Amino acid sequence: MQFDPFVIPFNIGLYFILIYVVARSVIWFRDLSRPDKLRLQRGFFGIPFALSLKEIFMESLIHRKILKTNLRLGYMHMSLAFGWFLLILFGTIEADIFGAKHLNAPYKAIFFRFFNPDHGRMGFEAAYGFLMDLILVFILSGLLLAVTKRFYSKIVGMKKTTRLKLTDRIALTSLWLIFPSRLLAESFTCGVYGTGSFLTGSLGAWLAAFLPAQQMAYPFWWLYSISLGTFFILLPVTRYMHIPTELFLIFMRNAGIKTGDKAGTYSEVQTYSCSSCGICIDACQLNFSAGITNIQSAYFMKAIRNNDDVSEIADNCLMCGRCDQKCPVGIELSPIRMIQRRGGEAENDIRNIYKGYFRSRQTIISEKAIASSNYNFLQETVPEKTDILYFAGCMTHLTPSIKNSMIKILDASGVKYSFIDKQGGACCGRPLMLAGQDKEARELINYNSQMIWKSGAHTLVTSCPICYKVFKESYYLDVEVLHHTQFIKMLIDDGSVKLNFLHKKVVYHSPCDLGRGSGVYDEPKDVLKHVSRLERSNFEDGNSLCCGGSLANMKISSQTKKKIALDAAIELTKNSPDILATACPLCKKTFSAVTETRVADISEIVAEALIMNPLKKNSGSNISSIKELANI
Amino acid sequence: MSKHVVVIGGGVAGLEVAGQLSKVGIEVSLIEKENKSGGHLNNWYRLFPDRRNSTEVKEYLDGMTHNGGIKLLTNTTIEKLNRSGSHFSITTNEGKELIADAVIVATGFDLFKSARKEEYGYGIYDNVFTSADLEEMFKKGELALTNGIVPETIGIIHCVGSRDEKVGNFYCSKLCCVTAVKQAIEIREYLPDSKVFCFYMDMRMGGAFYEELYREAQEKWGVNFIRGKVSEASETIENKLLIKVEDTLAGRPLKMKLDMLVLMAGMEMSEGGKKIAGIGGLRTGENRFFAATDNHFGSNKSNIEGVFYAGTCTAPMNITETISHARAAVVEVIDYLKNSK
Repeated sequence: MQFDPFVIPFNIGLYFILIYVVARSVIWFRDLSRPDKLRLQRGFFGIPFALSLKEIFMESLIHRKILKTNLRLGYMHMSLAFGWFLLILFGTIEADIFGAKHLNAPYKAIFFRFFNPDHGRMGFEAAYGFLMDLILVFILSGLLLAVTKRFYSKIVGMKKTTRLKLTDRIALTSLWLIFPSRLLAESFTCGVYGTGSFLTGSLGAWLAAFLPAQQMAYPFWWLYSISLGTFFILLPVTRYMHIPTELFLIFMRNAGIKTGDKAGTYSEVQTYSCSSCGICIDACQLNFSAGITNIQSAYFMKAIRNNDDVSEIADNCLMCGRCDQKCPVGIELSPIRMIQRRGGEAENDIRNIYKGYFRSRQTIISEKAIASSNYNFLQETVPEKTDILYFAGCMTHLTPSIKNSMIKILDASGVKYSFIDKQGGACCGRPLMLAGQDKEARELINYNSQMIWKSGAHTLVTSCPICYKVFKESYYLDVEVLHHTQFIKMLIDDGSVKLNFLHKKVVYHSPCDLGRGSGVYDEPKDVLKHVSRLERSNFEDGNSLCCGGSLANMKISSQTKKKIALDAAIELTKNSPDILATACPLCKKTFSAVTETRVADISEIVAEALIMNPLKKNSGSNISSIKELANI
Repeated sequence: MSKHVVVIGGGVAGLEVAGQLSKVGIEVSLIEKENKSGGHLNNWYRLFPDRRNSTEVKEYLDGMTHNGGIKLLTNTTIEKLNRSGSHFSITTNEGKELIADAVIVATGFDLFKSARKEEYGYGIYDNVFTSADLEEMFKKGELALTNGIVPETIGIIHCVGSRDEKVGNFYCSKLCCVTAVKQAIEIREYLPDSKVFCFYMDMRMGGAFYEELYREAQEKWGVNFIRGKVSEASETIENKLLIKVEDTLAGRPLKMKLDMLVLMAGMEMSEGGKKIAGIGGLRTGENRFFAATDNHFGSNKSNIEGVFYAGTCTAPMNITETISHARAAVVEVIDYLKNSK
């Protein structure tokens, strides 16, 4: 029987973490809703399962997305994850082939060199030893980057790195010690026996030349075992919990489970899957324009894990969605933030070490103490029967040139439409939703829904992406909701409006709620290409910036918003375009205040390019084209 | 040897400074970007609080500057401002170089560009005007809507571009309130059948006889003052303006149809002033106006020795204050010229 007391710390750690992960998985599974349970069960078979395995390999081991964003950071993550995986895999195979018997206890693979010091002198054994050394070099190179990043984050191309709490520090230290101690332990042992490959062999021979290798080896094997044990035991209360959790997340996501609007297993799994890589911190405009560095999603996830009061952090966010877009783990960060906003101040659990390992589900005070809302003053209006409704929205009323342009376009197209909030209407409800006041928002949604329903319209066109998003997502309406850029594109496509080509250089700013928020990237650009010289910026589509005027941030001042706006405007107008085009009244208003470049909504540019058709093809009873359109 | 001072800006402050300096025998070059001196004063009809004609003040200022020793350079701007030893070297847009012993900056203010408050529809709706447009109408003696019809209900919005965080102006422009009161009276005088509504945040009547004028507007002229900031304006089919406002004293939202809307544009650091600040390395404050070295006893002094400020390039001021500030600048300059060499 090959055994030595030094393997005990490792064994305790390993069996602890295995049991813990199983227990935790059972708890998580139990807490899933019944449909989600069925979804997850289905996710363990067939194509979803294959997809999950592929994703685990590509993301959890290779870290493809991080590699794509930042090569050095990706290499660091890959060398540690994939390297360690290979070391375990090949170590187990090595122990299996060359060990005393097959199917060994895990410690025999991990400490193979200790129990087989004389192994690997020639032939296949030596080649295998070479491979193992190569993997160790791979890991150590990544570790070197990680250590450097901790003290000098720019080396891996990161502007900021995450801050740590005490348990994270201890876990981090033990993680750092694992591979150097393995290197030294193996090298000393090899030095004594004259074995080992290019790394452990040479280092061992060199060390043995002036050090008592025989005596030195044993303490390092202890250190190796203790570091591993400590790391495993602390893993559940540190950010390294993301290593096992991410596997769970990938299965859940590929099984079709969504975050939803309440805290639950999926939001918790996502929270624990955050590796604090810090990519969201670099992506955040509150960081690089406003110098606010404690509210980014990585910190937000950590605060939730630590059961800290997160209401301040939850509210201090533009909800622009840049971090969702960039998160290499694919965590739905904004929906999780919205859950916290709805919850208001969560009750804090009594913190003890047990709670760290088995966190009770966050208890959220169901009813928030706010003044009872009362929208009785809103007048009952009976709209005229029509095909198409135009809802300008509050923000468009504050930028009347957009409203006027839309009226001009609608009139020119000859469609039968009704301007539903011409004399001012009720708010769409999204600002309240963003503040977490869903109940109040629902009252407004009901009010607007009734009016829209009574009009009998097929299509609802809105000028404001904020309204667009909420109409699309939170209204239960049997109408097609279109943003005016989509609608204008349809009018162009079916020939209802004819446009001149304006010889203007235009750069397009994609509004958050329209682009990242609703996935409408192409129609606005198609319209702009049709009427002008559309140029690319460095911030296109998913990578577009926030104008800073966001209604979602309830913490920062106007000046801070202005700083964000100014930085974004400078970036967008770098190639001195004639027009900075956008598709949102709020973006227009925000940018107008900070740049000398003309800022215009797409509708304004289209209205300018409009060729007034003297034949009035679609006027009067002949509205066939748009009727077809409306019946889709 | 007589000293030479360059005064930048030929408005009220610049003219007063030039006149006072020439009185004591100092040579003055007065630089004006427009084709004539007088600045904003040329655009005003009557002045508060006594509603005298603005030309009377202009005549006084012109009289001051007609006594020789003042070289007026119109259509001139400054491209370079450098200090070399105890002298200043100033290059104009025409490439002319002026050597001066001291410089007085009197670049004044620009009116807030009301189109920046798009929600009020200036430049978008036909019948939205600024306080300056209204002065122009009074001067021409034609107070009418764009289509020539005489307005019946007129709304005046205070604080357009002042005390407004969203446009980046925290400060109070101080004189728009009294301008609104003056113009409300004049509208009522000119159109006795009209109704005038002023929408204000606070009435800041902090000058001599301002409060009296405010009282007169209410008692004698029946001007309505409604406390509340207008949130937005829109145009109706019959070409009227529909405004939304909260009457904060009655505590309820209000919608009102008006024929005409007048925006009380605030005062901002002038574009010319910003340019001088850039080329001359002069310090500006958070409100973007020039920052004097001391708020109490150094309001004419700049961060560069030998460069002084006069008038509204440092803060919003009325004409009385501007003239006093200009005279104070003259004292500072004389003191400086005596003690430097």
